[in-house]
Amino acid sequence: MTTAAAPVRAKRVLPGFTLSLGTTLLYLTVIILIPVLALVLKGAEIGPARFWAIVSSPRAVAAFQVTLIAAAIATAFNAIYGLLMAWVLVRYEFFGKRVLDALMDVPFALPTAVAGLSLTALFSANGWIGAWLEPQGISIVYTIWGIALAMAFTSVPFVVRTVQPVLEDLDPGYEQAARTLGASELAIFTRVVFPQILPAWLAGCTIAFARSLGEFGAIVFIAGNLPFKTEIAALLAFIRLEEFDYNGAAAIALVLLFFALVLLLVSNRLQAWAARHRGV
Amino acid sequence: MKNGLIRAAVLAASLGAAAPVAAQDSLLNVSYDISRELFEALNPVFAAKWKADTGRDLTIDQSHGGSSRQARAILEGLAADVVTFNQETDIDVLAEGGLLAADWREKLPNGASPYYSLPAFLVRAGNPKNIQDWSDLAREDVAPIFPNPKTSGNARYTYLAAYAYGLEQNGGDHAKAQEFVKAILSSVPVFDTGGRAATQTFAERELGDVLVTFEAETGGIAKEYADKGFERITPSLSLFAAFPAAVVTANAEKKGSTEVATAYLEWLYTPEAQDILAQNFYRVNDAEVSAKYAADFPEVRLVTVDEVFGGWDAIRKDHLADGAILDQVFVNQ
Amino acid sequence: MQAVGVMAPGQSAWVPRLLIGVAVGLTLLIVVAPLVYIFARAFGEGWQVYAANLMHPATRNAIWLTTITALIVVPVNIAFGIAAAWAVARFRFPGRGLLVTAIEIPFSISPIIAGICYLLLYGRQGLLGPWLQANDLQVMFALPGIVLVTMFVTAPFVAREVLPLMQAQGSEQETAAVTLGASGWQIFTRVTLPNIRWALLYGAVLCTARAVGEFGGVSVVSGNIRGQTNTLPLHVELLFNDLNATGAFAAASVLTLLALVALVVKAVLEGRRAA
Repeated sequence: MTTAAAPVRAKRVLPGFTLSLGTTLLYLTVIILIPVLALVLKGAEIGPARFWAIVSSPRAVAAFQVTLIAAAIATAFNAIYGLLMAWVLVRYEFFGKRVLDALMDVPFALPTAVAGLSLTALFSANGWIGAWLEPQGISIVYTIWGIALAMAFTSVPFVVRTVQPVLEDLDPGYEQAARTLGASELAIFTRVVFPQILPAWLAGCTIAFARSLGEFGAIVFIAGNLPFKTEIAALLAFIRLEEFDYNGAAAIALVLLFFALVLLLVSNRLQAWAARHRGV
Repeated sequence: MKNGLIRAAVLAASLGAAAPVAAQDSLLNVSYDISRELFEALNPVFAAKWKADTGRDLTIDQSHGGSSRQARAILEGLAADVVTFNQETDIDVLAEGGLLAADWREKLPNGASPYYSLPAFLVRAGNPKNIQDWSDLAREDVAPIFPNPKTSGNARYTYLAAYAYGLEQNGGDHAKAQEFVKAILSSVPVFDTGGRAATQTFAERELGDVLVTFEAETGGIAKEYADKGFERITPSLSLFAAFPAAVVTANAEKKGSTEVATAYLEWLYTPEAQDILAQNFYRVNDAEVSAKYAADFPEVRLVTVDEVFGGWDAIRKDHLADGAILDQVFVNQ
Repeated sequence: MQAVGVMAPGQSAWVPRLLIGVAVGLTLLIVVAPLVYIFARAFGEGWQVYAANLMHPATRNAIWLTTITALIVVPVNIAFGIAAAWAVARFRFPGRGLLVTAIEIPFSISPIIAGICYLLLYGRQGLLGPWLQANDLQVMFALPGIVLVTMFVTAPFVAREVLPLMQAQGSEQETAAVTLGASGWQIFTRVTLPNIRWALLYGAVLCTARAVGEFGGVSVVSGNIRGQTNTLPLHVELLFNDLNATGAFAAASVLTLLALVALVVKAVLEGRRAA
């Protein structure tokens, strides 16, 4: 951070402070803060007792549970799959590596509704993969596994893309030292490599988890909207809205908003830790 | 000089040609979920008629979704000129919101309902579970499919029809009727928000044994999926489902579309429109059209909301309000 | 498939092979198969049906609406991204950390919540509803609502790319330009912009991809008027509910193509940025 001191010196020198900060604040206020404030005000209007009654109703609790469990499954999958992909893409040379690397961004660029449509058709009983899974007694579509699948798909890039650069920058000296000392490859990975990428890996998992909690477009196609079983919180908020139940929608949305903000803070902390760890 | 004349003539001609183009009308018809194909068939015919009668071009835009969801959208500002719903309460909600007059039922014949339908069944080829009547839906081995009664007018009719059947079977015992409806609701595996999504669940995803939806949908779907051999079943008793239509006067007056909006809804009562409605498996009041399509519409004993439940206001209070009967029997909501 | 362990010459060859095999297999299953399936279904009934589906007026309108939305949203977010990055990277002021967090908010919030926020604000029964009504302004269920929600959802994308780069580059060059008497505009176009152009483009590409694909938030505020306020992702759902799965996949294939183009552009830009 050799340039960290520069802005202080530049404070009175560079032009455009008022213009740029003014534009930023105006845009943030109009586009983000005021709409979020509208939601908070609506929540305040409900009153604590009613608010609690809404968010602790059995169906809402079930929806939060389904969302959290599915997001946890999806994150667990991506924690491993993302780490594997980052490792393979950084450490090995093989035919098709660049394509594989580019494919990691597909879930980011592909509209979630399109992903949901395709995954649903693919994994339903008469789809390519579903036709093969269903006879084994495994159903994905319309179960919590389908929700987890949609969440996993949409959050694939986060772990890969946060771990990859750290792994690239890793000093090979430690590993070589461990190897000369006779450590097994597994021991080298768990004792030497993994601790170094841990902060980035955790940050990636946190973002993937946050993204999974908020996912909607891909899930509505695949979930089946079965209350208590496959209904996610964002969908319940949407349904409450359709039922004219504005308080219900706002209360559930506020809980999700709270989760999102907490996770945002956690991931910011983790990323700061990761940055310190890398000594950047 | 000659050149100038020609130019003037061309100019005049192009002006003349341009003038009718400027006379452009547009309507936004906000409708329930399963009327997609219906209005796709109706709208071009009315647009052609409007053009012939007035010389004005007309484009009709459609928005489809669960009836109550659509009403909410209009309350929030969706600029509907007309609504064609499957639920009177959803128009009442608009009246309460000040978007149209409370006496909207008197503006058009038959309580402002140009056509009607009833909850009916669609079963899989060969009717493997032998589903014939409402009592079969409560069987443990039968999984019925219908949308969420909280968001879909279609499902509300299903709920009420099952309730009416339960009342009749149990000699008017409300507690037993509620048990009966509860048994049906508890065996529904998926509650979609709109009628069409429920159809998808049954036809495309192949979930459930019987789709309960408006007869119009069962007819259309049986035709659409002829290769799957779905069979239409009409229960012994069902509920008369009015399909009310109204001009959203506040929006129409602002836009200046009251005239075309009114003409559009009145036209739905003409034999020309009623024929198209019947082709789409809606029951109509026009005697000649009814006779022509009689084969498509099996005999059924219909009861009305007023007879069984004492009107929609009573239903809203006793059944649909927060914590009322629907909330009590819809335990898996 | 020839696997070469770069860092571990003594390692037996089966571990890399196994890891690569699993990685490729899983990627084929969860990333590639859905992509291929979209095109398989879209063309399942032949080219003519595909073309007819795309030429349908309502589909064309949805493509158009999505394009317009992206054309409005992306430039605005580029301007915002630059302004935010300039303010945060070049100046110190109280609340700077808070500002950075605020910019990130939309990134972690469910788009559905964004839609609900806007409905509670601009809906006829919302906070600004009566005022909008009195002034005859239609925000919800029309283009402005769709654009606003899309702006919310995509707000962080450009800033996220440009900000770290500007922070890393520092402000020596710009400060030097000031001492040489350059105007603010000159500094921006001659010094700053050339330095950040690839990151800026990269952010713009990501922002475009996200704006084009936005579904949850827009579905709350759109009103689903066929051929009017139906964006392409919403149109996919609508066609699907029309029992026209082939049409839905045809519309989805357009979005998929756009996504693939975005990825290619992104890969090219990454090459440039690294160079």
